[in-house]
Amino acid sequence: MARLTNENLELAREIIGRYPRPKSALIPLLHLAQEQDGHLTDEAMAHIGELVGVSSAEVLGTASFYEMFKMEPVGRYMVNICTNISCQLRGGEELLAHAEKTLGIRPGQTTSDGLFTLEDVECIAACTEAPCLQVNYRYEHRISNEGFDQLVSDLRDGRRSDIPSHGVLAEIRQHIPADRRAGNVTPEDTATPVWVAAAGEGEK
Amino acid sequence: MITDAPRIITSRFDKADSHTLAGYEATGGYQALRKALSMGPAAVADEVKTATLLGRGGAGFPAGVKWGLAPENVWPRYLVVNGDESEPGTYKDRLLMERDPHQLIEGVLLASYAIGCGQAFLYVRGEMALAQERIATALNDAYAAGYVGKNILGSDFSVDVVLTWGAGAYIVGEETALIESLEGNRGMPRLKPPFFPAAKGLYMQPTIVNNVETLANLPWIVTNGGEAFAALGAETSRGTRMFAVSGHVKNPGVFEVEYGVTTFRDLIYAPQYAGGILGDRALKAFIPGGASAPWFFDEHLDLPLEKVTVDRAGSMLGSGAVVVMDETTDAVKACLRVVRFFARESCGKCTPCREGTTWLQNILQRIQDGYGRPTDLDLLMDVSDNISPGITWPPKQTTICPLGPSAVSPIASAMQRFRPEFEARIAQAEEARHSVPVTITKASSHG
Repeated sequence: MARLTNENLELAREIIGRYPRPKSALIPLLHLAQEQDGHLTDEAMAHIGELVGVSSAEVLGTASFYEMFKMEPVGRYMVNICTNISCQLRGGEELLAHAEKTLGIRPGQTTSDGLFTLEDVECIAACTEAPCLQVNYRYEHRISNEGFDQLVSDLRDGRRSDIPSHGVLAEIRQHIPADRRAGNVTPEDTATPVWVAAAGEGEK
Repeated sequence: MITDAPRIITSRFDKADSHTLAGYEATGGYQALRKALSMGPAAVADEVKTATLLGRGGAGFPAGVKWGLAPENVWPRYLVVNGDESEPGTYKDRLLMERDPHQLIEGVLLASYAIGCGQAFLYVRGEMALAQERIATALNDAYAAGYVGKNILGSDFSVDVVLTWGAGAYIVGEETALIESLEGNRGMPRLKPPFFPAAKGLYMQPTIVNNVETLANLPWIVTNGGEAFAALGAETSRGTRMFAVSGHVKNPGVFEVEYGVTTFRDLIYAPQYAGGILGDRALKAFIPGGASAPWFFDEHLDLPLEKVTVDRAGSMLGSGAVVVMDETTDAVKACLRVVRFFARESCGKCTPCREGTTWLQNILQRIQDGYGRPTDLDLLMDVSDNISPGITWPPKQTTICPLGPSAVSPIASAMQRFRPEFEARIAQAEEARHSVPVTITKASSHG
């Protein structure tokens, strides 16, 4: 467990191939590992380090900076409730208090059945739809206490197949067909771009 | 003034298929790209300069001028799209990415063509799964249709547009931090100078970082001409702009309005916009441009949404985020919440910000919790002054980036206007302390 599977390894190589420098693929690859395991394991981070050519310490150095990466197992569903200013004004803190009661946990904790982890998060860009929350980064807008309880019971009973388990972000990935690719531009490619050169000397 | 200016960037928002290639092509999509390829890169850049399109990310720097800052004949140049929208109160780039991803991609292509960029990176905020999905789909379709990639539409213009995404860090919205993140590092800002992205950006190459909304304007500008764009709006704020109005209003929403002429009063009270304050209560304060902006009050309602006017009045339009607080708002609590945000999001690189924002939060928290001390208000100002000397507007900074000084904005605003509220809270705490009989129990050995 926990190094990238062969299927993910293939995806990882494709992703790395889209950047002029392999380390630029680091964050997307960490997401891939988190998608595979639900959180980041040491083995996966070491594997990613091998793939992009940096030490595991450097991988951890980057990963630990970003809030979305979890170094410990979390619930199948991350429930992120926004309490920033626009949501605070429209009941975000009261919603969080209600969620704590419904789930029986405090922000940062996971329910004993391993289903839910609750977080008190910063602005998630749905300010006009306050109070709002995300479950595994899928939005729920203008949510009431009743709406929250309904959401929790729907998740418990498997009625929200539209929300994949924690770690899965976009379910559609970019693929650049080989025959359409322009190719990476590395810092060593110092030639004037052809369309700029063709446009004449007057160009910058 | 409310005008009937055309909707430039939200024109497809009402259409169910606005995010699909077919929907985009059926409404004029990728025609600007065809036109641009026949104009040549310099002519495209000139149209954008003529339009005087101000950057829509927060700083409001003219996009045409920004493009021109890249040193001549230094190649390669990169374009990085800033889709890391996370300034509290801001909600527009996510809509543009989710509902009209091809418009953004066409904007990226036009910018790449004009500046001579052969590989562009579209950086979407990590938490925005749907936006990532819509852009991935749109890019896959656009590549297949020949709009992106090698020899676009049979021309000699080739550019790869790479979707990339973050993992939760507000600071990455700062352009040098975004570049660090794109290089696989912690998102910590770089010192400027020397690391101005236009000169030394991604992989130390000239790099243009443009906001999503900024780029989304380009197809319209190329199609209709820079002059048509510049004919809209006011002297120093051309075109239209998206504003999110949130907080205590009847109809919170995101509205595209003519830039520079529509007023805050229009936006907050007009029935076609936010429709007035909840329960018809009185206005206490409003944030005109995101959490980093100093607060505005009643006397600012008739100011136009115009960059220079708002700057001169002591705040900023920032990222187009208007947050309305009615008379029932607890100023201390609101102030604490905004400061907590900056304390939590400080990247930790600069001491005044890392330590200062945390102290500001701690002091405000104890005032809020009823443990405030009479000296706390001066202490707040003292710490603020160490982060942003003089507590002026525009702010001075002792830090590499403006995040630290941004935490000072709400404090300076709230204290200037609502100081008695803070004092009353502290006086209550004092009174409570003196009225409670204090029993000092010596620690005993049992238990």
